[in-house]
Amino acid sequence: MKHIAYTRLISLALTAGLLALAFLLPPPPALAQQPTPSDDAVNAIASQLYCPVCENVPLDVCGTQACAQWRDLIRQKLADGWNEDQIREYFLTQYGDQVVGAPPPRGLNILAYVLPPLAFLIGLFLVLRRFAPRAPANQPAPIVSDEAIARLEAELQQRKADASMEDE
Amino acid sequence: MLISNLGFGLLIITLIVAIYSGIAAMIGVTRNARVWAESARAAAVLTFPLLSLSMLALAGLIVAGDYQVQYVYNVASNSMPFYLKLTAIWGGQSGSLLFWCWLLGLSAFLVALRSWHSDQDLLPWIILVIAITLIFFLSLVIFVENPFVRFWRTAGGSEMVALFQPAGALPLIPLDGRGMNPLLRHPGMVFHPPALYLGFVGFIIPYAYAIAALITNRSDDQWIRATRRWSLVAWLFLSLGLLLGSRWAYDVLGWGGYWGWDPVEVAALLPWISGTAFLHSIMMQEKRSLSKRWNMILMILTYSLVIFGTFLTRSGVFSSVHAFSQSAIGPLFFGFIALTLLISLVLLALRWRNLGADTQLQSPFSREGLFLMNNLVMMGLLIACLWGVIYPLISEIFTGQQVTMGPGYYESVAGPLFALLLLLKGIAPLTTWGAGSSRSLGKRLLWPALGSVVVVIVLLLFGVRQVAALVGLGFAALVIIATVLEYSRAVRGRSLRLKEALPHAFWRLTNLNRRRYGGFIIHLGVALMAVGIIGIELYQTQTQATLQNGQSVSLAGYTVTLQSISSWDSNDGRNVIAANLTVNRGARFIKQSTPRSDYFYDAQQTMTVPGVYSTLAGDLYIILADWNPIYTNQATFKIYYNPLINWLWIGGLIFMLGTLVAAWPPRKSTPLAEVA
Repeated sequence: MKHIAYTRLISLALTAGLLALAFLLPPPPALAQQPTPSDDAVNAIASQLYCPVCENVPLDVCGTQACAQWRDLIRQKLADGWNEDQIREYFLTQYGDQVVGAPPPRGLNILAYVLPPLAFLIGLFLVLRRFAPRAPANQPAPIVSDEAIARLEAELQQRKADASMEDE
Repeated sequence: MLISNLGFGLLIITLIVAIYSGIAAMIGVTRNARVWAESARAAAVLTFPLLSLSMLALAGLIVAGDYQVQYVYNVASNSMPFYLKLTAIWGGQSGSLLFWCWLLGLSAFLVALRSWHSDQDLLPWIILVIAITLIFFLSLVIFVENPFVRFWRTAGGSEMVALFQPAGALPLIPLDGRGMNPLLRHPGMVFHPPALYLGFVGFIIPYAYAIAALITNRSDDQWIRATRRWSLVAWLFLSLGLLLGSRWAYDVLGWGGYWGWDPVEVAALLPWISGTAFLHSIMMQEKRSLSKRWNMILMILTYSLVIFGTFLTRSGVFSSVHAFSQSAIGPLFFGFIALTLLISLVLLALRWRNLGADTQLQSPFSREGLFLMNNLVMMGLLIACLWGVIYPLISEIFTGQQVTMGPGYYESVAGPLFALLLLLKGIAPLTTWGAGSSRSLGKRLLWPALGSVVVVIVLLLFGVRQVAALVGLGFAALVIIATVLEYSRAVRGRSLRLKEALPHAFWRLTNLNRRRYGGFIIHLGVALMAVGIIGIELYQTQTQATLQNGQSVSLAGYTVTLQSISSWDSNDGRNVIAANLTVNRGARFIKQSTPRSDYFYDAQQTMTVPGVYSTLAGDLYIILADWNPIYTNQATFKIYYNPLINWLWIGGLIFMLGTLVAAWPPRKSTPLAEVA
């Protein structure tokens, strides 16, 4: 009887020990491969996306049911092993350019990025042109040819002579 | 019923008076008859008391809870406190348009009552421009967005909205209203619309003067001298409106930010940008007789953007082509903007030759050179922002594809321009009017530049590695050092010269040249705001966690522990869910935080109120994001750490103080010897 009691005690202790080990040891690799993505991982992607209904409200802070479902979808995709670019591309394909906070630079959208700097450069050109050195207002008189000076002097002499004749 | 009819009747009378005012002004000009001009002026004065009575009628309806009036039903409810009922006057679209008209009436009243001895020739044209603007907005209020229309039940049992009782219909009086949008029940939002509208409306007066100067072919700067203070006050209110709006977004919208680059926000920013450029540019005309044409362009642009901003902030129809085309108000606004812009530009073209500069720009290192660069950067910002608002429509029209122009677009385009503006602000106070040389500027810039380099090195030593942060904070340091050095140099000079104590010399100096030193204070405020913006934009961290009672989450060195969650009905019509959290830093207890979520029964909407622990280093900002309505021992929290954010608000207050100093009326006479 005593022997049976000891055997039971030992087997109970072993079972308890094994159970304790099972809890203390890390989970088997098969379970660790697909952890549930954290809220922060979901929000990091959601903050770059906008749902078509809630205008200009990023997906990570939108309180509507539709946006909550989109966040769940992101969580699911992350759990399936998708990366950020793939998820972003998925939403772009499914819902169009409106889901991202800045239009992808392709087609007409290139204009969205080109026009403001272009306008600034044109403005800069106009401003710099105003700074370009111009001829000052009190610039020296242009150089006159000797021939013209001689003609002027002759004319002055003639006038003086005319004036003296009138005086006489 | 009587009061709503009275309110509407007063609006009709105001419209007639405004039309008369415009016609009388025209007759006064064409016949050169002063009596008609005076009559137009008297009519302009009369619009304000008439609009005040109409506003009083609407206020009376809201306070009395006359829910038969559709507007009252939409914005008020029995549970709203008295002060909120008063703010409900501008809480909806039609009420806010009436409020806009009232502010314009007030402006017309103040302008018409001023002394007109030196500007008799401008008077009728100014009255005409104000009258045309008032007629447009009054027509919108009366014919499109009437706040006095009421609910009726027809004989057939259907509900309808009409101003007067339709045949066979009976009044339909709801027992309670829907109440104002809970998000708007915040001190920031209570004062945000009036401040913004005062800024918008304020800029209409300088525009009226500019148009009058163009029509009368006056190329002097009288229109600028007469409206300089007016423009500054308008700019003050516009800045205040933007600041309050930002604070409201931070406190109420629950995303831990202060500015989302939403089209409505950008629309309010646009006239502020052109107004800022104008306030800098007019100094070039006053001091150096430069930029006469450019100042006209800026004022015309500001007026158009004010109308555009009013339309966008109130209608929200810019989200798509369909929303725009289906809106009755959209095409009217755009027609008015297009017409006034066209007339203004034709007038400017006619006077173009007469508005040439009397002098030339001498040096890019002079103050006017720096102001010109400032205007260039401002225009770059304006174009980027305007483009961001209208591009979604252009994309939809040409490709059928809707796009979102969010922070990603604006930050990439506007970020470098803001940095350039900071740099210019750091240099401008060190320059002189007229001939400035790179050598003298370099000499004055030496110490501020060295100081800013030291700041950058210290930041690098503390581990700051982001180039944008280093550049932005370096430029902010340059602004602060250059401004403080220049200010202290002037104060010390005065103190030595007049044997005054330093505080007294500071006070007197500021008092005697309020515009210059008000500008200095504004620049200091902007630099501090930049510090706050860089902190939150580049270094914000966040986490989200679902906690049960007793569980904790950590962020930025703080540990947040959920203690309990409670729920109750308040006596003002809210269901409140509040989380009780403790905030610790290491082992040290910091504070008890209670983020909550208020559900408003009347409006059937929820408002999140964050729990915030504020220091000059940053805000720990906790939002109750989600909770289980059955088990009240678990909730989800979003926690943000917003570094340096309070410098944005402190800088904003200093900015407002500086604007107030610059706009304060001068003393009647100042001893010449005292002017520094």
